[in-house]
Amino acid sequence: MTRYRDITVNGLWKNNPALVQLLGLCPLLGVSNSTVNALGLALASAVVLICSNTAVSLVRGVVNTAVRLPAFVMIIAALTTCIELLMQAFTYELYQILGIFIPLITTNCVILGRADGFAAKHDPARAAYDGLMMGIGFGLVLVLIGAARELLGTGALFANMHLLFGPIANDWQLTLIADYKGFLLAILPPGAFIVLGLLIAGKNRIDQALAERAKAAAPEAPAQSRRVRVTGVIE
Amino acid sequence: MALPRITSPHATGSNRTQQVMLQVLLATLPGIFALTWLFGAGTLFNLLWASLCALGFEAALLAARKRPVQFFLKDCSALLTAVLLALALPPYSPWWLTLVACGFAIGFGKQLYGGLGQNPFNPAMLGYVVVLISFPLEMTSWPAPHSIGLVEGLGHILGIASLPDGWVQATALDALKINKSLTINELHATSPAFGYLGGAGSEAVNLAFLAGGLYLLHKRLFSWHAPVGMLAALFVMSLLFWNGSGSDSNGSPLFHLLTGATMLGAFFIVTDPVSGATSNRGRLIFGAGVGILAYVIRAWGGYPDGVAFAVLLMNLAAPTIDYYTRPRTYGHRKPTNGFKVGD
Repeated sequence: MTRYRDITVNGLWKNNPALVQLLGLCPLLGVSNSTVNALGLALASAVVLICSNTAVSLVRGVVNTAVRLPAFVMIIAALTTCIELLMQAFTYELYQILGIFIPLITTNCVILGRADGFAAKHDPARAAYDGLMMGIGFGLVLVLIGAARELLGTGALFANMHLLFGPIANDWQLTLIADYKGFLLAILPPGAFIVLGLLIAGKNRIDQALAERAKAAAPEAPAQSRRVRVTGVIE
Repeated sequence: MALPRITSPHATGSNRTQQVMLQVLLATLPGIFALTWLFGAGTLFNLLWASLCALGFEAALLAARKRPVQFFLKDCSALLTAVLLALALPPYSPWWLTLVACGFAIGFGKQLYGGLGQNPFNPAMLGYVVVLISFPLEMTSWPAPHSIGLVEGLGHILGIASLPDGWVQATALDALKINKSLTINELHATSPAFGYLGGAGSEAVNLAFLAGGLYLLHKRLFSWHAPVGMLAALFVMSLLFWNGSGSDSNGSPLFHLLTGATMLGAFFIVTDPVSGATSNRGRLIFGAGVGILAYVIRAWGGYPDGVAFAVLLMNLAAPTIDYYTRPRTYGHRKPTNGFKVGD
């Protein structure tokens, strides 16, 4: 049985959907041009992911293996439609900005991947928890890219947060660099690819450093435990 | 016994990277002179600052990648990238514009791919396109010939003083693109952007780069295939789509050859041995592709000049071109690429 701790580590770091599995790149690159867009889509994706994982886990015993993928997609599409209607009702402006990317949550490979790869084999509690962790892992990267692109592109952070949080967020915008010229490339699609590439490189570098440290900290193999060589001279 | 690894003792080493780069740098001198003569010392400031930035980035990234810094700095490839970039940027570009362009050219265009010889794109053109897309206002501020003094220009570079209105003038390609009502003759008579055949100023600059390029060709630093391919394709395209000299004119073939980045591109950019095609036939195709794309962007695209975009697009196509133009090796049959029908 998969431990909750492993699910957490997998979702947030070791098997992060955006940085390691490289799934769901279309919304990841498409809407990460500002923090508010990224956060909006991250929340929507995470909710769909948690609900779909739970639902798929609940029906896993009744769905025939041969038709499981269409069945899962139907579940995901239904949940996505719910989210879409909710966003249309409560965050209408954000709904208009995100546009096609909300219905496209249905086709987000992270969600179908987790439904088939995890939820269909685990109990509802673990499936829901996996959905939460994968959703957070995906969302964190999405928001990080969004914030980096917004900062590089406009010199400010958290602009237009009222689209998501209502009037209390009207003055959340932080202008970090006054009199900034605006670096258009960061807002345009190439910026998304470059920032994502740098994030992946950064993660790999950290993993490498951690592995080196673990190797240095590991105790030396005892002197007598040499592997027997089957060819050549036996030492 | 350790044998010294020397090949071809009769070769005197004139084809070392450093020698080649220095020759190319030497060949840019006529162009530098023409630009300085026409547009003031801005080009020289660009050159100085871009060289400093590029060498700084190169050294920092080499150190970060744990490569020998001195060895790679001495091959002058970063310096050449900086010089080509500085010549492409508008004179008196603000200091941060040049810094960003050099950072992208050296960092993202070259070192991230593995340094000299590994870059799929021409670093100078990559840096140029990045700033062209990101800072359209600054990148279209090309000064009018003989318009800026030394001190006010320096103030503009440092961002501490603004220049008097009217120092910027549309280039000939700009003027031709936005022109809706005037015939070519009227444009030549009224717009200060037009010279005798090409753009005012840019025709002399192009001729100067042509001279430098011919010197390099004479020195056999590159074969004639890529530049001839590009210039011929540009000429043929502009001849085919030359719709007279009315107000909807696309410009005459000579105008296109002597305006914008044509000659700089033909002799200093498409001849890049790393990011271009390898075989002679491949180079011909590569150059022709650049020429055709540059004309397409000039005539129907959103930007007045398209050489940089054309070069980057053809850089992408270079491996495919190489694949289909592999020369026959002596003693072997011609390689068959892809599917072969029959046989």
